[in-house]
Amino acid sequence: MNSTSTQFVSTRRMGLYDPIHQISIWEENFKNTCNLSASVSVPLIGEADVKLDNQSEDSSHGMLGIPRNYDQEANKSIEKIQRRLAQNREAARKSRLRKKAYVQQLESSRLKLIKLEQELDRARQQGSFIGCGLDSDNLAFAGSSNSGIATFEMEYGHWVEKQNRQICELRNALNAHTSDPELRILVDAIMNHYSDLFRMKSAAAKVDVFYVLFGMWKTTAERFFLWIGGFRPSELLKVIVPLIEPLTEQQRMDVYNLGQSCQQAEDALSQGRDRLQQILAETVAAGQLVDGTYIPQMANAMEKLEALVSFVNQADHLRQETLQQMFRILTIRQAARCLLALGEYFQRLRALSSLWANRPSEPPA
Amino acid sequence: MDKVTRLASENQVVIFSKSSCCLCYAVKILFQELKANPEVHEIDQEPEGREMEKALLRLGCPAPVPAVFIGGKLVGSTNEVMSLHLSGQLAQLLKTPQPIS
Repeated sequence: MNSTSTQFVSTRRMGLYDPIHQISIWEENFKNTCNLSASVSVPLIGEADVKLDNQSEDSSHGMLGIPRNYDQEANKSIEKIQRRLAQNREAARKSRLRKKAYVQQLESSRLKLIKLEQELDRARQQGSFIGCGLDSDNLAFAGSSNSGIATFEMEYGHWVEKQNRQICELRNALNAHTSDPELRILVDAIMNHYSDLFRMKSAAAKVDVFYVLFGMWKTTAERFFLWIGGFRPSELLKVIVPLIEPLTEQQRMDVYNLGQSCQQAEDALSQGRDRLQQILAETVAAGQLVDGTYIPQMANAMEKLEALVSFVNQADHLRQETLQQMFRILTIRQAARCLLALGEYFQRLRALSSLWANRPSEPPA
Repeated sequence: MDKVTRLASENQVVIFSKSSCCLCYAVKILFQELKANPEVHEIDQEPEGREMEKALLRLGCPAPVPAVFIGGKLVGSTNEVMSLHLSGQLAQLLKTPQPIS
């Protein structure tokens, strides 16, 4: 709707600077891009002898004569221009607000997408025989914590493969009635292998303690038996010991005492962990829960969460110590059978998880 | 620091702890289970707590709390206590009163 263009052809032909024309060009640009800053300089009356025209009037005479109502016309036009500029500023402001709202929407959708991708990865891993590595492309933006966990998952995959090989070797060696010294070499290798796992878990706990606490790398059936980021040593003793009979009376008593001590230590740690939960809940809920601000509570809660790393490490220490104590009680051959039983037990749990995940769905009744 | 060694010798079993530390809580529970009647000092509630913390570290305790002394001698922190317990040695130590040096 540019009614001005034809009017000013004459002035342009005259080669003179025409402010109204200039302003109308700026108006056009502004309407198109909506981006012009509100500070549009308006050189106006500075140009001598130029009549500031109303858009509907023919200005072909305006350049030459000095009309009688010059001042009044000028004021009216200035007002119009200023009003138009104010409208433009308002429009620009509204446009900026709309853009901001749109960007915020994009950001929250992006966060939702990240969360969904992570959930999808977790769901895919449940029931898998060996933990698979995280797809680092999807989670690249989540930062270094996921690369630490991705490393753990990859190393764990290798750990399980090596464990399976070692269990096979051990089974063959026991069946072939290998000598004690040779058995000892295998037993030591497997014990070292378990030490490797505890080292890996310790590093992962520093990166993401909740990942370790909830046994995220484990298969579903394994996770059913979870206690502070791993197996419960006393329960494991109950499962494994019947499988390594015969035991001497002394051994049986020692194993029994070990089980009791283990149970007591587990109970003490469990109570400590429960207390940490209670303290954390109190910390998070501190102050009126209706305040709407919670920065101090968050700072305190973060401190409390640090303690969780110590608990996970302590539970792992208990597992390692239990294994080592067992081998002080047992002969080398018994120890070999113990490790075989342990390895086989976890293999079966993993197989169970896989079977469960892939079981055929019930046909509709 | 004299205060720490003095307190450590005042009872058969002495535990230096912090009221906010949940691992300390776990160790206290364990000793209660074993009917040990430990004497507990919460160093975060002691005016000289900072110095006591440094003293415990200097005495060789891996962590300032929990720090466990039996018969006036430093046993260690959570790891050491758990290892001793699993090996059966902790129960032994508690059964026979240790001469306080």
